[in-house]
Amino acid sequence: MTSLRGASRDVHRRRRGRRATAALGAAALAATLGLSACGGGAEAGDGTFTAGHPEPDHLVPGNTTSSYAFDVLGNLFDNLVGLTPDGKGYNLAAESVTSDDQKVWTIKVRPGRRFHNGEPVTAASFADGWNNAAYGPHAYNANDYFSHIKGYAEMNPEDENAKPEADTLSGVRVVDQNTLKVTLNDPFNQFPLLLTYPAFAPMPKAGLKDLRAFEEHPIGNGPYMMSGKWERNKQIKLVAYPGYTGPRKPKNKGVTWKSYSSADTAYTDLRAGRIDVYQTIPAGKVPEAKRLLGDKFLPRKMGTIDYLGFPVFDKRFANPDLRRAISMAIDRQGINKAVYNGDYIPADSLLPAIIAGHRPNACGELCTFNPAKAKELYARSGGFKGTLELYFSNAQPTYYQWMQIVANSLRQNLGIQDIQFRQVPASDYFGMLNKRTEKGPYRQNWEADYPSAQNYLENMWLSSANRMGWTSKEFDGLVGKANRTADPQEALRFYNQAEDVAIREMPMIPLWTWAGQGGRSDRVGNVTITPYATGLLAYEVTVK
Amino acid sequence: MWRYVLRRLLQAVPVFIGTTLLIYAMVFALPGDPIQALAGDKPIPENVLQTLRERYNLNDPLLVQYGKYMWGLLQGNLGENYTGQKVSEMLSGRWTVTAQLAVTAWLFELALGLLLGVWAGLRRGRLADTLVLGGTTLLIAVPVFVLGYTAQILLGLHWKVFPTAGTDDGWPMSYLLPGMVLGSLGLSYVARLTRTSLAENLRADYVRTANAKGLSRARVVGRHALRNSLIPVVTYLGVDFGSLMGGAVVTEGIFNLPGIGQQVFQSIQLKEGPVVVGAVTVLVLIFLLVNLLVDLLYGFLDPRIRYE
Repeated sequence: MTSLRGASRDVHRRRRGRRATAALGAAALAATLGLSACGGGAEAGDGTFTAGHPEPDHLVPGNTTSSYAFDVLGNLFDNLVGLTPDGKGYNLAAESVTSDDQKVWTIKVRPGRRFHNGEPVTAASFADGWNNAAYGPHAYNANDYFSHIKGYAEMNPEDENAKPEADTLSGVRVVDQNTLKVTLNDPFNQFPLLLTYPAFAPMPKAGLKDLRAFEEHPIGNGPYMMSGKWERNKQIKLVAYPGYTGPRKPKNKGVTWKSYSSADTAYTDLRAGRIDVYQTIPAGKVPEAKRLLGDKFLPRKMGTIDYLGFPVFDKRFANPDLRRAISMAIDRQGINKAVYNGDYIPADSLLPAIIAGHRPNACGELCTFNPAKAKELYARSGGFKGTLELYFSNAQPTYYQWMQIVANSLRQNLGIQDIQFRQVPASDYFGMLNKRTEKGPYRQNWEADYPSAQNYLENMWLSSANRMGWTSKEFDGLVGKANRTADPQEALRFYNQAEDVAIREMPMIPLWTWAGQGGRSDRVGNVTITPYATGLLAYEVTVK
Repeated sequence: MWRYVLRRLLQAVPVFIGTTLLIYAMVFALPGDPIQALAGDKPIPENVLQTLRERYNLNDPLLVQYGKYMWGLLQGNLGENYTGQKVSEMLSGRWTVTAQLAVTAWLFELALGLLLGVWAGLRRGRLADTLVLGGTTLLIAVPVFVLGYTAQILLGLHWKVFPTAGTDDGWPMSYLLPGMVLGSLGLSYVARLTRTSLAENLRADYVRTANAKGLSRARVVGRHALRNSLIPVVTYLGVDFGSLMGGAVVTEGIFNLPGIGQQVFQSIQLKEGPVVVGAVTVLVLIFLLVNLLVDLLYGFLDPRIRYE
């Protein structure tokens, strides 16, 4: 469940789900590549279950930001810090994570834990995994997540032809067998939550020695281990790790992640009982699934928010009143009902409800549909001249549907007549935004890497990171102040103050929070799907 | 005849170079940045982008990229996709799936198509003929995804005759339903071609002569009329085998078969040139080979045909 990724994410990586019937899925146990005789499933009663999702991209933790890879990695690895089902951090492989100044962190690794191959899990295992992921020339997908740590810049020179000065993070020091001292560039109180991100997993020496083999057969320290290699485009079989002594002891004997390229087919397999859990029933099938699955239908909240950003660098959009007027001219609930069966949640804040720090109605009247007030603000702003171009990618057909409704609202309520749609191929879309060649409001979304208000605010609004060209010293200052604050409640207060600045100036309009719809089979119970990177809590699932 | 075969094989060389260059250029011309596409909407640092572009020669002009690719190919190296997987490994597993599906579909259309065609051809203008013509028209008219999903829901989900999707049951069980769906179009053409061709030949002079000689009905139809009627059918079956091997994006998607069609489709979306070209290269070779076989088969069907 991480973010939508471009072609991949939006298009195929992004949404997941599925499950199976009794005889099935697991059957694969014996399955030697298609030779297994019986119809596919696990032998009934072997204590394992199957779940469906699109094929992951990588299984080396530092090299992926795909939620489909997280489905598997979350089962294979115990990070230092884990997430409870309601998004709070707790010490998992760590005994303690402490800091006096939010800048230098002392981490005690729980002694006595072992990797699936028997190697002990030590402070060095974590340092090794992080160094491997942060080293520029490896070009790992999650490279950027290590940029908070001191020494990252030396491993990732600006000039791509330069050879990095270092191949290890100077800020990560192994003090002894079980102690890690981590120095950050700036004070950062959300660091323990960052450690829940899958890229921060430990790596055994055996993995570093042969990364290619590790990709096919990752060796972790988590509750499950690989059973055989990654069968590409088919399945990844995990069985409970008998040597596991952590708090996530599996209530089942194993889980097999089956790859599907079509969500419709995965949903059909769920109904046919060929998979036990599917997390992403396609929107068109949701009404039917609610009826057919009954209490086996599993709706859940999500942390993904859709936004409409303004190219503030274009002076036609420089007036905050114009941006506010557009926000108030959009009927969020109406679009939700028309396009998303009413399952999404209209945004009332810049943050989704699942994130600590979300305040109901923080956005107030600025996010409330009010044509009269919108018209008034629009007039005060001096109006908009020329062609209003609306940008979105072709990753989902729904984007075009709701953009048309938005355009109609703007025509009717503000009198902007000349509106054009710019549907851009998903693989080009973010490149275009990064180069700032768009000439009008654009759709984008954010899904939490880790459940913190900071993750949304810094990535989407910070002057140095946002795509709008919006700069605010006040906003940056408040976020920085929050990051330095030790007390979590007080930090939240500063994050919220920063949020208020971004709402007031409205460089980007929050639209709605996504909702997820999954389902399960009769064979399994206690299925929890979290809205965070932890996704399906496989270890909690009971199998009949 | 062997000279003919050799000449045909030599002709394959320029065809091969031409197609690969063309495909490479087309993938190259697709909009979008493949590396950016990998990252989606998460930020990807500039140095990572650059390292990956460098690693996969994406900063080179088209012909240099193509040259490097062909140089690797000559050494038996199909290259890597942009997530570092070997193209040869990616494709080998998928070819087996596609081959099993293609053979199933092909045998289905061959056997049932010929049977229906002969049946209808022998009963021209009667009920059997009308049924076959009507039924095949329907199959041609229905889009394959409608047929696929309907068959999957009815035969897989409700009646449980076949597995709904996936390759868990192995060949043939997992491939029967998708094979029939995929082969239904070809089946219609084979049946219609056979019917028309046979019905026409049955009225030819040499058939009347054979009948007059007092040959048995079976011998007249089987040995004389049908054999002569098969040339267009064999041509069609040959070409169709080539396209079936090209993978069936829709059918493979509906039945979750990780075959070559899906791979090419995904790789085009992700602009993975080496994967697309690798898959198409093998496909071109199959096509050339099958067509050669078809041409050679003509000689057995019609002794008047000679190879120079």
